[in-house]
Amino acid sequence: MRLTDDEKAMLDGKEGRARQKAMDLLVRYGEALGAERLVDTNNVGGFMVAKKHHMDELGSFDALFSEFNLDSSEVVEFAKDKVKAFSCQFETTMDPEFWQIQGKSQEDYELMLANEKYLASGGVALMCTCTPYLVGNVPIKGEHCAWMESSAVVYINSVLGARTNAEGNSSSTAAMLTGKIPYWGFHIDENRLGTHLIDVECAVENQMDWGLLGYYAGTMVKERVPVINGIKKLPNLIKLKQFGAAAASSGGVEMYHIPGITAEARTVEEAFGNRQPVERLRFGKEERQMAYEALNSTAKDTNVDFVMFGCPHASIEEIWEICKLLEGKRLHENTVLWVFTPRGLREIADRNGFTKIINDAGGVLMSDTCPALGQFIPKGIKVMATNSGKQAHYLPNIKGIQAWYGTTEECIDAAVTGQWRGGLK
Amino acid sequence: MKTVVLHGRKVVGGVVEGEALVTTEMVSGWGGINPADGKIIDVRHELHGQSVKGKILVFPGAKGSSGWSSLFHYTRRNGNAPSGLIFNVMNTKAALGSVVIHAPAVTGLNQNPLEIIQSGDWVKIDADQGIVEVTKK
Repeated sequence: MRLTDDEKAMLDGKEGRARQKAMDLLVRYGEALGAERLVDTNNVGGFMVAKKHHMDELGSFDALFSEFNLDSSEVVEFAKDKVKAFSCQFETTMDPEFWQIQGKSQEDYELMLANEKYLASGGVALMCTCTPYLVGNVPIKGEHCAWMESSAVVYINSVLGARTNAEGNSSSTAAMLTGKIPYWGFHIDENRLGTHLIDVECAVENQMDWGLLGYYAGTMVKERVPVINGIKKLPNLIKLKQFGAAAASSGGVEMYHIPGITAEARTVEEAFGNRQPVERLRFGKEERQMAYEALNSTAKDTNVDFVMFGCPHASIEEIWEICKLLEGKRLHENTVLWVFTPRGLREIADRNGFTKIINDAGGVLMSDTCPALGQFIPKGIKVMATNSGKQAHYLPNIKGIQAWYGTTEECIDAAVTGQWRGGLK
Repeated sequence: MKTVVLHGRKVVGGVVEGEALVTTEMVSGWGGINPADGKIIDVRHELHGQSVKGKILVFPGAKGSSGWSSLFHYTRRNGNAPSGLIFNVMNTKAALGSVVIHAPAVTGLNQNPLEIIQSGDWVKIDADQGIVEVTKK
């Protein structure tokens, strides 16, 4: 790999041991990828949350993050050397207020507080969300980023036209320290072009429809770049957030085009550049039905005891929608309702009275985490309902529960009646 | 015994030999492998219940969460990682995962390793030279 003078200086240790180890990791990683060089980035999103058993084993945040986030057995001082690029922490593993009902111990909680303090002292912004683009980190078209979190990667690549691959823990931490990431994959023009054409032949309108289309697209194209043709009704941020998260879960989609809507293609031809689609697919009633059945394949029992919203984290508009449906109602006695949002939006929800509406109904508005990432569910629950394709895909695997996937309205109905009465219309 | 030689490119350098564990299915990290014993825990995977520990893992590529490299990093720290990697599809998960596993790894072979190599074959990887030598069992 060709290195610039400033990159060589970091590799030679002229900017301290932490940056040296970070650059060493990036060189090894870039060579593994087959990248020719690195690219500057000033927008990094990573995951630096210590696990308790690793802390017990390694003894300090420096030792733990040197090993697991820089692949360095030598202990270097991440926080003391501070990040070079603007950096943010994605989701953590617990809510700072409701950790007890999430099943976390006092020790877990104290470790989380110390972890936050460590990151803050190193200069990492404590966004604590899978959706930094909802709370002020909105990359512009062409901006080179180094983000993890698949649902955020696919959103900023496609909707905004920013450029990132789905990074891992150590590559994103190395990017924080150096402001560099391998110039490979979606950083390069030609890799951003469409590969598969999907002709949409049925109505795709509400959030559930968009989740189903995303789940189908990911299943069919895996990690390639689908181009969605035939959308008649303009979606919005919420619907595209659901679409991308579902496509990244069922496949590994990190980039897509909806000509005329997403950032980089006005027409189908522009989405493919001068190339032909490698495959032409259709999304009609049959494919929609298949996606619905796949997402609901774990669900048998219509007695719902858990309703979950906010995967990816809910925007304030989504919270408003939930509140409109929920206001003045009470949850069924056997049902738990949890809504997840970025901590930055929780303040708005509190001041708007949304939190109170959710609480009065018997639900809880949480931030910072989610059941899949924090590996928790309400005690004793067996059957979940959610409007998130991603959570319906992952949580049955992780926690062995059943999951119903449907519209926001169907999920609120389940929360209030304790029964799943949804279905594909 | 029949021997086949394949040529590709280095992902992570080094020389190693061992028994192959082959799958034609993409491998998940997060929710896919248990670092405590190196076993594949993805219930839908054909290698479910088998351990990658000490094996030359031959697979199409890495899929799933961006936590892939971390899970394999934990697996390596526990002494349960594969001793070598051979795969077809390059992506950030497979590249970073290979780096943190610290085992010789190659990709881009001139013949499809998933067709040439079977579980139980003896495989030698010289990653620096990009050479894979397969001795059929």
